[in-house]
Amino acid sequence: MGRYTHWLDPVRSKLDMLTIPFYWVTNVPNRVSDWVNTHWVSRDQLQQENRLLRNKIRVQESRLQKMAALTAENLRLRQLMNSSEIVQDRVLIAEMVGVSPDPLVHKVIVNKGSRDGVYVGQPLLDAYGLMGQVVSVSDFTSQVLLITDNTHAIPVQVTRNNVRTVAEGIGDLYRLQLRYVSSTVDIKEGDILVSSGLGGRFPIGYPVAQVETISYDPGEPFAEVIARPAAQLDRSRHVLLVFSESPPPARIEGR
Amino acid sequence: MRSLIGMSFVCAFVLMVVPISYQWRWCRPEFVALLIIYWTLYAPQNFGLVAAWGVGLCQDLLELVPLGFNGLGILVIAYIVYMVHQRIRNYMIWHQSLWVFVLVGVYLLFSNWLGSFVGRTVDRPVFLLSAVLSALCWPFLVVLMSRLAVRFRLVQ
Repeated sequence: MGRYTHWLDPVRSKLDMLTIPFYWVTNVPNRVSDWVNTHWVSRDQLQQENRLLRNKIRVQESRLQKMAALTAENLRLRQLMNSSEIVQDRVLIAEMVGVSPDPLVHKVIVNKGSRDGVYVGQPLLDAYGLMGQVVSVSDFTSQVLLITDNTHAIPVQVTRNNVRTVAEGIGDLYRLQLRYVSSTVDIKEGDILVSSGLGGRFPIGYPVAQVETISYDPGEPFAEVIARPAAQLDRSRHVLLVFSESPPPARIEGR
Repeated sequence: MRSLIGMSFVCAFVLMVVPISYQWRWCRPEFVALLIIYWTLYAPQNFGLVAAWGVGLCQDLLELVPLGFNGLGILVIAYIVYMVHQRIRNYMIWHQSLWVFVLVGVYLLFSNWLGSFVGRTVDRPVFLLSAVLSALCWPFLVVLMSRLAVRFRLVQ
């Protein structure tokens, strides 16, 4: 039913709230181990962690200094070319609380919902790359469709030469397939794919995947290109919801 | 009796959403389908097809799939079990396990068939692994439930 009409969406989002307790219960061991890890730590460990984090901050800050100069330069060049400025995206930190138990359904539940301003179609990131988009929102949680789901496809471009293509999920958490790549296109193993922003759903420039294998079959019209998602889809628990500046789309097709 | 049925399904739902690692994703026994078979077999007067369908819909909510995805398969196996429950009840437990394998397999076939409509296809019959594991869980389920029935004085 949910595939063909959207009349039941509000009912469904209320019903989805009934499932939260089950995911909450199965998430208890995680939270207990988190609590143990933060409360029963020796002083030495804390000091060591502190030192590591401080070093990391120093490295990041030095990179950020360069970044500021680059942003300014980018802005100047964009003004020279009369193109619009890229606005910084606002993010909301969320935690993953559940994963769909069905092995073919790559959906996860995050602990932020419409009360926090999450909307359908919002992109989700982790520290390494793009993870997916929100497909259904209830008051306190929302469901996210991962980019590796069979029903998901995302427009991408190669950073090396801006070749545009579409990365489609094939139901494997570690692989994406590039669709309609003709054999003459300049694409190599190891190329980084970032979101191209076409389609208006995902913001430009977030890393999506890295090309893993390319195979040309003379009998096939297109090359078969397999890429590995940049985001750690099976490991990341702390994720970011991005608020892009364009108004949220009214509805999403398909589920 | 009703409360025992309800509690057993709550436990099964929790077991269904316990996170397991990606490599082991096919190795989760279908606890809800097992309980559907168990209750339709041993308590058909308390647990009918409508209840089975309702449980199937709850499982759809839980697995984040469109409503009716598992509901259909659950309803079909509940109907089959209901038609033959007087016969299966008298079989030995290992013989019942074979039936459970076939029934859970039918249920999984239904949900994979519906999944193929939206492009979620499996290229190998690897999904039947969970039917095998469900069949292996069946004797433990029967023993556990009969212990509970004795404990709560529910034996008919």
